[in-house]
Amino acid sequence: MYLTPEQQEILSGSKGETMAKVMKTLVMYGEVFGADKMVPVTSKHNHLVTSFGLKALTPVYGLMEQLIEAGAVSQQTFSVDPRPLDKNVPANFLQNFVFNKFMYTKQDFYEEQLKKLGLMEEDAFSCACYLDQMGNKPQKGEILSWAESSAVVYANSVLGARCNRNSGIMDIMGSIAGFVPHFGLLTDEGRKASWVVEVKTTKKPEAQLLGSAIGMKVMEDVPYVTGMDKWLGTELDDAACAYLKDFGAATASNGAVGLYHIENLTPEAVELGKSLVKEDAKVYVIDDAELERVQREYPVIWKNPDAKPKLCFVGCPHMSLQQLKDWTDRVEQGLKESGRKKVAIPTVFTTAPAVRKEFEKTGDAERLAKTGVILSCICPLMYMNNPLCGPMPVITSSNKLRTYTTARYYKEDEILTYITKGGLDG
Amino acid sequence: MKQFKGRVVAPGTVKAEALVSHGGLNTLASFQKALQFGDKTATCGDQNNKDLYGKQMAGKALCLPQTIGSTTGGLVLYCACSMNRQPACLLFSNPIDSLAAAGSILASVWLEDVSMPVVDNLGEEFLSYVQDGMTITVQEDGTVEVE
Repeated sequence: MYLTPEQQEILSGSKGETMAKVMKTLVMYGEVFGADKMVPVTSKHNHLVTSFGLKALTPVYGLMEQLIEAGAVSQQTFSVDPRPLDKNVPANFLQNFVFNKFMYTKQDFYEEQLKKLGLMEEDAFSCACYLDQMGNKPQKGEILSWAESSAVVYANSVLGARCNRNSGIMDIMGSIAGFVPHFGLLTDEGRKASWVVEVKTTKKPEAQLLGSAIGMKVMEDVPYVTGMDKWLGTELDDAACAYLKDFGAATASNGAVGLYHIENLTPEAVELGKSLVKEDAKVYVIDDAELERVQREYPVIWKNPDAKPKLCFVGCPHMSLQQLKDWTDRVEQGLKESGRKKVAIPTVFTTAPAVRKEFEKTGDAERLAKTGVILSCICPLMYMNNPLCGPMPVITSSNKLRTYTTARYYKEDEILTYITKGGLDG
Repeated sequence: MKQFKGRVVAPGTVKAEALVSHGGLNTLASFQKALQFGDKTATCGDQNNKDLYGKQMAGKALCLPQTIGSTTGGLVLYCACSMNRQPACLLFSNPIDSLAAAGSILASVWLEDVSMPVVDNLGEEFLSYVQDGMTITVQEDGTVEVE
């Protein structure tokens, strides 16, 4: 890999031992993937995946401390994934004890570290940092050093920015150095599709189910998806962006997709069309039966598969403002139909702090609160990552949450029926 | 005994018992409980991985196509190495993915006295041949012996 004389000097220690290690990390990273050079990080802000002060990740905070002590901090400010806890989210005494005394004992310490490292602002905690209200929305063609699989796939696919599926820690390394190795999704060739996915369903496919099916099939490859303009249109409006946010998160967590193209919709697909598809691309046809098969084969690992759900999460990744408004309408309507005043199952909607602020300015927030739904900004995944949640029957419309926890996945209509009527049979 | 030759990502030699995942290893889902709750054997907690779920990963020669899932994957692997709960080696049939590469590189640059040889590009035949419990020997040049 070509390094400029300045980069070579940093590697040799001209800016100290810690910066030399940062440089070595990036050089090794690039060499593994055949990078030809380093390219400048051009986005205004960075985004980090590690938001939680988890005792188990103590080695990470040790590394962060080395960076801070050596003054090896980024010129960029950054947003970060959601906080793990919120006292408004239902938790029993034992759960609270485990959360606060065993698991997230490093939260305050780590948040102080984040401030020293360049956190954008006090509440810059969301996996959906690219939502308008959060203020971290990169432009087409900008080079990023982000992590968070759902944010990376959104930035690449919907916004047309360029970012590899960087790991946590690697995200901050590129930002500190100000450049990242040029390979993979940063290159034109790396953005070409090796799969054509033909969507041939008779109704609009559930975003998180379609994303799961594609992720599990193509793994880390780039899919070019046809047949979706019929359901999403050809404009990246609020509804299409929210759909693609949820779809992408499922492709990235159920597989390892870092970029997808949606024919006639996402920027590069609109600009370059089928020239994005490699000659030897494989084909995957998705019809109603295939989506049913995918959902049917999800393992149910509740101790009692027939248990009544004790908690429901909607909003992984974090909900957009329009999604919050739509869900408020749907929950109200569902309760009206069932003759209930409050949701039948404790239900948490999660969104970005800045989106919640906007939502609270509308009358909708009060309407949602009246239904009994709790609005929070936590990461449901972090909430559920403990043995006490393991046996707990939790339902969700998030395929990402299903993948990483014992939560059981249902389509959005099924979730709505569950929370407003108490069960799928009403 | 059969030999396979791959590319060395992190050098080293090791002899260990094989543990095979035919699907991608979801690093966060697999390691999170082990790291949080003191399981030194690193029992795999990924419900979607039928090959590995409930099996001990620490000290095993982990044979897999690639890693998948959350971009915390690299730092989870880094922490597993720092806490000495890592597999004895990682042997990929495919080219290594960015998350596993990050974990291996971070451990190699930022941790002292950690050994986890990593070899990729071993080919599909490697993954169809190797089975749980077989003995794996990894050599410095990326040669992997399976018996």
